[in-house]
Amino acid sequence: MKISGSEILIESLKKEGVRHIFGYPGGVVLNIFDFLHDEKELQLILTRHEQGAVHAADGYARATGKAGVALVTSGPGATNTVTGIATAAMDSIPLVVISGQVPTMLIGNDAFQEADIVGITRPCTKYNFLIKDVSELARTIKEAFHIATTGRPGPVLVDLPKDVTTSKAEFIWPEQIKLRSYNPTYEGNRHMINQAAHMISKAKKPLIIAGGGVIASGASKELRELAELTDVPVTMTLMGLGGFPGSHKLSLGMLGMHGTYYANKAVQDADLLIAIGMRFDDRVTGKIDAFAPNARIIHIDIDPTSIRKNVRVDVPIVGDVKRVLTVMNKVIREEVKEQWSEVRKAWSKQLEAWKKERPMTYDRDADIIKPQYVIEKIYELTGGNAIIATEVGQNQMWAAQFFKYDKPRTWLSSGGLGTMGYGFPAAIGAQLAFPDKLVIDIAGDGSIQMNIQELATAVINKLPVKVAILNNRFLGMVRQWQELFFHERYSHTKLDEIIPDFVKLAEAYNAVGLRATKKSEVEPVLKEAFRIKRTVFMDFVIDWTEKVYPMVPAGAAIDQMLFPEEKKKPEKKLKAVK
Amino acid sequence: MRHTISVLVENKFGVLSRISGLFSGRGYNIESLSVGETTDANISVMTIVTVGDDWIIEQITKQLNKLIDVIKVIDMTELDHVEREMVMIKVSPRQEDKAEVLRIAEIFRGRIVDSGAKTYTIEVTGEEKKIEAIVELLRPMGIKEFVRTGKIAMAREGIKKS
Repeated sequence: MKISGSEILIESLKKEGVRHIFGYPGGVVLNIFDFLHDEKELQLILTRHEQGAVHAADGYARATGKAGVALVTSGPGATNTVTGIATAAMDSIPLVVISGQVPTMLIGNDAFQEADIVGITRPCTKYNFLIKDVSELARTIKEAFHIATTGRPGPVLVDLPKDVTTSKAEFIWPEQIKLRSYNPTYEGNRHMINQAAHMISKAKKPLIIAGGGVIASGASKELRELAELTDVPVTMTLMGLGGFPGSHKLSLGMLGMHGTYYANKAVQDADLLIAIGMRFDDRVTGKIDAFAPNARIIHIDIDPTSIRKNVRVDVPIVGDVKRVLTVMNKVIREEVKEQWSEVRKAWSKQLEAWKKERPMTYDRDADIIKPQYVIEKIYELTGGNAIIATEVGQNQMWAAQFFKYDKPRTWLSSGGLGTMGYGFPAAIGAQLAFPDKLVIDIAGDGSIQMNIQELATAVINKLPVKVAILNNRFLGMVRQWQELFFHERYSHTKLDEIIPDFVKLAEAYNAVGLRATKKSEVEPVLKEAFRIKRTVFMDFVIDWTEKVYPMVPAGAAIDQMLFPEEKKKPEKKLKAVK
Repeated sequence: MRHTISVLVENKFGVLSRISGLFSGRGYNIESLSVGETTDANISVMTIVTVGDDWIIEQITKQLNKLIDVIKVIDMTELDHVEREMVMIKVSPRQEDKAEVLRIAEIFRGRIVDSGAKTYTIEVTGEEKKIEAIVELLRPMGIKEFVRTGKIAMAREGIKKS
């Protein structure tokens, strides 16, 4: 029996196990939306902006490990997805974005709501398709999911002209597909793995740097086994948080521009780096010529282009992190019988000394609300048992520094692209996937306004997402740079004259709004928010002068860190602002 | 260093754009690029001439391999191979130079593919050095137009394309 392209699309998504899609209707996707109207198994979540739809699908994907799906119309609907797609591409998140397109007859005619979205998204997708014939549709959807979720994951866009959604064809679902030009390498080279195991056994000052690849490949258990087996400390990139338990005694927390003192010191002093599922981003390495001067580098990554892109590598291992670590752990268990603790005694002593010298801290005695205090309270009250999404900027860095992520897929943050407005829709996506979990978006007063319209999505779908706004009346991270490097000239970063009343704003959307202006109010507000099974905005009026430390200035080596007391001059009081 | 890279790709629309987009997006040079079908109509071969140090060339070949539509990447520079390029040169010589133009064409085994009252069009095939040489000799004669195909390359017999 022949069915329409719209039905083929819906059946294909169901075959892929999709239950939720995020989207927004429009002219050329009307046929698809008409079939979704009576659809029982496949639920469309209407966001209030297409960017929100893609971020929500991204949050859903990060929290579940499955591909997130978004469906939008042509032209502006499609172009509004670009930031979301680029966000997912930079962080290797599997997405399938389906965009409507004008009828094939009109493509290239500058038709109403036409955009060459395949051309526009070519550099920010893993792959994209324009379907010209309904007979290709089912197979293309299968290929889209295959490409998005295998190898190094990433977003795939499928552009679907209106006439393809109405044309009819037999629904033939390919159970298996093979693409001759796409064969990711999963098994690491055995010889290289042996060599790496041998180097780890010999190293006196080894350090593991774990990235997002650990989470993408589901290798947390194997990573923990490697670290414990060989007694090697672990530091994580922003994307790697949760890949190794943050509360583990071998954890050094995050490294890089706002990494811990001891993690960055360890990188610079290590004689061996075991880089796992990470890509040596500039925020991780700092000044590249001065990075890890004493270390030989083992680099495990599924993407060969990540290896030797930014740093020299002594032992490259292309493969899936989980499979490589499984083999490596086996080799180490069988062949290498060092007494690790003895060999590494001096190293662990040194690490302990650095931890004591400069622990992660802030002014805990301040009367005013410190943002770090809010994060610590959230950690304390949830026992770490929450999914944390973040926006981008200071809020994101404090959330990375002062909350310990013990499990993978509990940390949702735009790492590579650094997309403000990501966190709230991402939290919505995660909450939809896990209705019973506590999902908290840690936000700033700037970032939250970038996708604040999704309050409607959260409320109408009864998603009890909690948004903790660290309200400093500034675009805080940019302000921090202006204070440190631009003579306190706060050009266009001061928001306080026109900041909305977040409590009233939440109430206007039929959500709950709470506010804390004093330190003593923080805990009651959080407790109240966690108790209520509704969408809650919490407005924490924090110390606007607070900065993210440690900080490696741009272009400096990562052990050239700034700390609060190294400010060039005493902090100006509030008068500078008001 | 200059490298000649052969890229076997799926013969689909948009592939050329993916390849050229990769080069422009990542700031790699393309000196020349030629595309044509192979004996299999579903596969095209692109010959790209690019310049870069070993790090850059390694990244270029890896990035090309990563593209979903790319089937195979061969850096010809590492192999014993044959390279050819074709040019067409329209020359407008003075009356007294006409014989010299024909003589130069003959020396380079060029062919006159068009001849009019004022111009000759010469077709020449060869390696880059040969092309450069004939261009230099013809330049004083008055080159009006000059079109080149870009390089194509093939490994010699017995060379394994791994």
